[in-house]
Amino acid sequence: MRYLPLTESDRRAMLDVIGAKSVDDLFRDVPPSARLAGPLPLPSHQGEMEVERAFTRMAGKNLSAGCAPFFIGAGVYRHHIPAAVDQLLLRGEFLTAYTPYQPEVAQGTLQMLFEFQSQVAAITGMDVANASMYDGATATAEAAVMACRITKRAKVIVSGGVHPHYAETVETSLRYTEMEADVLPPDPLGMEDMIGRVDSQTACVIVQNPGFFGTVRDLRPLAALCHEVGALLVVMVAEPTSLGLIESPGAMGADIVVCEGQSLGMGMNFGGPGLGLFATRDKYVRQMPGRLVGQTADVDGRRGWVLTLSTREQHIRREKATSNICTNSGLCALAFSIHLTMLGGSGFGRLAELNHVAATRLEQKLRAVKGVRVLPQSYYNEFAIHLGDDADAAAVVDALADKGILAGVPASRFYPTWPELKPVLILAATETNTEDDMDKLVAALKEAV
Amino acid sequence: MSETISGNRALQIEEKLIFELDNPGCNAVDLPEPAPFDLERLGDAPRRGRVALPDLSEPQVVRHYTRLSQKNYGIDTGFYPLGSCTMKHNPRLSEKVARLSGLADLHPLQPQKTVQGALEVIDSLAHWLKELTGMPAVAMSPAAGAHGEWCGLMAIRAAHEDKGENHRRRVLVPESAHGTNPASAAMCGFTVDPIPALENGRVDLAALKAKLGPDVAALMLTNPNTCGLFETEIVEIAAAVHGAGAYFYCDGANFNAIVGRVKVADLGIDAMHINLHKTFATPHGGGGPGAGPTVLSQALAAYVPVPYVVHGPKGLELVEGKRDGAKPFGRVKGFHGQFGVFVRALAYILSMGSDGLRQASSDAVLNANYLLASLKDDLSASFEGPCMHEALFDDRFLKDSGVTTLDFAKAMIDEGYHPMTMYFPLVVHGALLMEPTETESKETLDQFIAVVKGLAAKAKAGAAEEFKSAPRLTPRRRLDETLAARSPVLRWKPAAE
Repeated sequence: MRYLPLTESDRRAMLDVIGAKSVDDLFRDVPPSARLAGPLPLPSHQGEMEVERAFTRMAGKNLSAGCAPFFIGAGVYRHHIPAAVDQLLLRGEFLTAYTPYQPEVAQGTLQMLFEFQSQVAAITGMDVANASMYDGATATAEAAVMACRITKRAKVIVSGGVHPHYAETVETSLRYTEMEADVLPPDPLGMEDMIGRVDSQTACVIVQNPGFFGTVRDLRPLAALCHEVGALLVVMVAEPTSLGLIESPGAMGADIVVCEGQSLGMGMNFGGPGLGLFATRDKYVRQMPGRLVGQTADVDGRRGWVLTLSTREQHIRREKATSNICTNSGLCALAFSIHLTMLGGSGFGRLAELNHVAATRLEQKLRAVKGVRVLPQSYYNEFAIHLGDDADAAAVVDALADKGILAGVPASRFYPTWPELKPVLILAATETNTEDDMDKLVAALKEAV
Repeated sequence: MSETISGNRALQIEEKLIFELDNPGCNAVDLPEPAPFDLERLGDAPRRGRVALPDLSEPQVVRHYTRLSQKNYGIDTGFYPLGSCTMKHNPRLSEKVARLSGLADLHPLQPQKTVQGALEVIDSLAHWLKELTGMPAVAMSPAAGAHGEWCGLMAIRAAHEDKGENHRRRVLVPESAHGTNPASAAMCGFTVDPIPALENGRVDLAALKAKLGPDVAALMLTNPNTCGLFETEIVEIAAAVHGAGAYFYCDGANFNAIVGRVKVADLGIDAMHINLHKTFATPHGGGGPGAGPTVLSQALAAYVPVPYVVHGPKGLELVEGKRDGAKPFGRVKGFHGQFGVFVRALAYILSMGSDGLRQASSDAVLNANYLLASLKDDLSASFEGPCMHEALFDDRFLKDSGVTTLDFAKAMIDEGYHPMTMYFPLVVHGALLMEPTETESKETLDQFIAVVKGLAAKAKAGAAEEFKSAPRLTPRRRLDETLAARSPVLRWKPAAE
């Protein structure tokens, strides 16, 4: 048992000090009916080699993205991660530390999170950001709750361009509360009219930019309207690299900005863990959920960092807390922060350009496929396409997977009850896609459609 | 101490913020020159100008983060007896297998036939969690312990609603509970009613029974509890709760004490979250990510949120929507749960096996009792032994010494240890909660015991000033938390702003 340092003689010596006859004796408070006499009938311990073999076998049953022309996005994006990111993440002092409750021995984590908060505030165009949430979807739900708390209103409007998992998470979170979510129908063309729906009952409007189907919007008119009626604008960004090329939500008038940070530093990992980014304006900081790191000084007057404003949090405020969250996504935030530090201001912009160029190239190449049309008028690195009236995008994706091509996500996977979305396929292209990848996809689509 | 120009002295390192290391024109990622592109496609809100982020080269970046890491204390650094947190060794095999490209470079929305191995990871882990607890169902998607609490309470709320009992809005929570318990209950639209503890640190069954009624939805109980004690009357508690038509939620934060020794199902529990980052040794990462899968009893099994894995005719199948017979209460996050954490937890579980997991909980309890027995005459133990996985002390031993629990904790830092949990649970005064876990050797514990005895003697001998000025050997000495809260500085800003 390689992780257990106690020997049999250690155990005996310790039991003598305790004055117990056996370890079983230490479990005497457990009702006899609930005690297990021996190990459960499950497999026994194994060495590293055997365990590694088991995982290699399971990994071998998957088609990994690197082995296929790959065009899937829809909230998780495949980007290149510089080698240094993972090497630094693996430093045990980062990897095996706990929440920085003892700041004198956690200045590394605290300074890193302060830098992360500063970076998130900078890319979103907001005043202040927290130390991260579980993921984009849960951050969006928390934003809805926060907006209701600030406005003292109960109605949350969720745009049809919001990722359906996020919309479902918001709906679920509000299900048993006084608040209610009004989720608009899917909006593949990016034509929905939010303006007509906002009124004096509205706590907030949640929009995604770029939208789930691709559309990029100028949110200033919507922000102005929200503010006119006393509602908040919550902007969700599922692809944060887009912020290198698109006006920041803060500059467009957002009151709360939430993002999924997976694109930077993290890899896809079958969709988890994610990284929820959460930013807002200074005036709302005390209504914000989650951890916050603040700057201060030690007794010698030297600059240092601590967790702060924790009277918002569950360990102080219990049932009156802004949220029940009791963690952040520390290691994911570190990955994000290192990657963004490596990119810098110029690299961040350039990465966004490369993504956009890849998507425009893909659109050009798709023109060669008869019957296929791109749906949104604008996009960043992802767009929905229509494969023709009788097409079944799910069947096409399946057929292409058999040829070793991972060709995006059929909209029907999210919207099984919407027949008009059956021919719709959502495709993403990033800096990792080559011309050759695109040509293979287009050739296979020509055959399948 | 003379000052050097850089502020650095040997390994006493001063490190600026990345923004202060800005080296305009540098970069640490060589990206190709983009081809000319069509701005038309970007819509009507392109960004003007670059984002204000610093530019650094790779050597600067690597050095910066390496130096930051050197200001951190982790499990790899030394003993981390943080009560309620189960800071056990994080096996490196878990990190290795989590990085296999067939598991890491995988998109959650690939066609299901291309991810059968990933679904097998989720299914295998779910199987182990169900077998270890004896529970028939598990919600795999919660991202953390508190998220799992909320998930379990949502299932409870849905079950009541289904039975036409939506009027049940009161949840009973012991005073010793983690703050997440009442906060999670509030997020499900419940009101929270505290229940007191007995002198022996356990729930007062009579007081609990008096609080039960037709409007009670659930009891939330941590077991073993936050005092490190097993709730001896738990079976009677469960019977009373069920008898009143309510459900029994167990906070499984302390599951490490009982894995392989107690089946949760035999205690009458309806829902319990399991912190994979505690019991199953996935790294805490400076505060996340963790995972909080929630096992459910037969009464709640139908309400498991989407997605979940089932065995179908074509192999494993991920159910993401409505399905006959199931009544998911909704969805708790994006995609399919904390997959990277699942891989690591499963690697640990397969390494330990059924026999190893039982040995681990046995050693965890043995180590905690060894601390309790060895320190009870020097500190003030709050309760009689045996304890489970953690030992609780309070500050009576510091009475009239002028030394507080906080001072005592800070003095431990100078002795080379991460402090124990302070001031929690709230049911004793100035709590010091120590959880050694099973991955500490007897030698480590003996050394720690000697140090703590020495500190206790020093405190009682009137060395308060020495305690007040601790820690002295850290990169920073005591930090001013009042200043941080009174005039918040939450981000870097250029001097001009």
